[in-house]
Amino acid sequence: MSLNEFFYMGGYAFHVWTSYGLTLLLLVLHIVLPIRRRKQLLRRIHKTIKRESAS
Amino acid sequence: MWKAIKRLTSFKNFYRFSGKLLPWFGAITLVLFLTGLYWGLVIAPIDYLQKDSYRILYIHVPAAWMSLFVYIVMAASGAIHLVWKTKLSEVIANSCAPIGATFTFLALVTGAIWGQPTWGTWWVWDARLTSELVLLFLYIGYMALHSAIEDRASAARAAAILAIVGLVNIPIIHFSVNWWFTLHQVASISVGKGSSLHPSMYWPLMVMTAAFKFYFATVLMMTARNEILERDQNSNWVREEEKNL
Repeated sequence: MSLNEFFYMGGYAFHVWTSYGLTLLLLVLHIVLPIRRRKQLLRRIHKTIKRESAS
Repeated sequence: MWKAIKRLTSFKNFYRFSGKLLPWFGAITLVLFLTGLYWGLVIAPIDYLQKDSYRILYIHVPAAWMSLFVYIVMAASGAIHLVWKTKLSEVIANSCAPIGATFTFLALVTGAIWGQPTWGTWWVWDARLTSELVLLFLYIGYMALHSAIEDRASAARAAAILAIVGLVNIPIIHFSVNWWFTLHQVASISVGKGSSLHPSMYWPLMVMTAAFKFYFATVLMMTARNEILERDQNSNWVREEEKNL
């Protein structure tokens, strides 16, 4: 099977790749958002620790 | 016994334990997805009737299964929280809702995209499709209700009750294709009767299903850890745990 054939999906390229693309997008989003949230939280926690040890 | 359970399911223990598991679960998820995608999109043969459009199966079916599985986990955690007032089960239930809603949304949308060439329509008020749409509203309702109530304890209780009441929808979704013989096909794979799918299509589907399961566990841990971190941010154990980062 050639790469072109693979992307053509027997004429169902739109259906197959829209489904897989949307799934990929949403599944990645559910990984990226918690990572960003975690960074935010850790930054806040470190700030508090620093402030308290300074005073 | 009770004290041991309390200690094992404490925020601190869950946070530490899940922190050790996370990289492994992430790696397993990635390997399963890469294997399943290659197997399903490249190696698996095309379908005699539906040609390549059937390949949507490899995400549609796992997403639909997970939409039910996550809901059961959410309602069970909610019930445990209602009865024993355990904090961890509250966090788990909350963490289930957004990812469960996403699986439900994906099952509906990939189903619509698949329905267009196979059924000739994006949407029909078929029993399976309608009850799955109700499931999406239940997830959204859970999140809306939880965020609408100011007091956290009452919010958790109300959301848990909603989740438990919504459980009646799960067998309706599962059996809808047998009870109302409308448009959605009946199950090809069942626990009792085995599979009518050819092994060359069955096995990539199983790998994708396992990938979705591990993915869910990974996301669940990440989300739950964040909520724990936020709730316990002023406690000593959090500072002890995260001071070196």
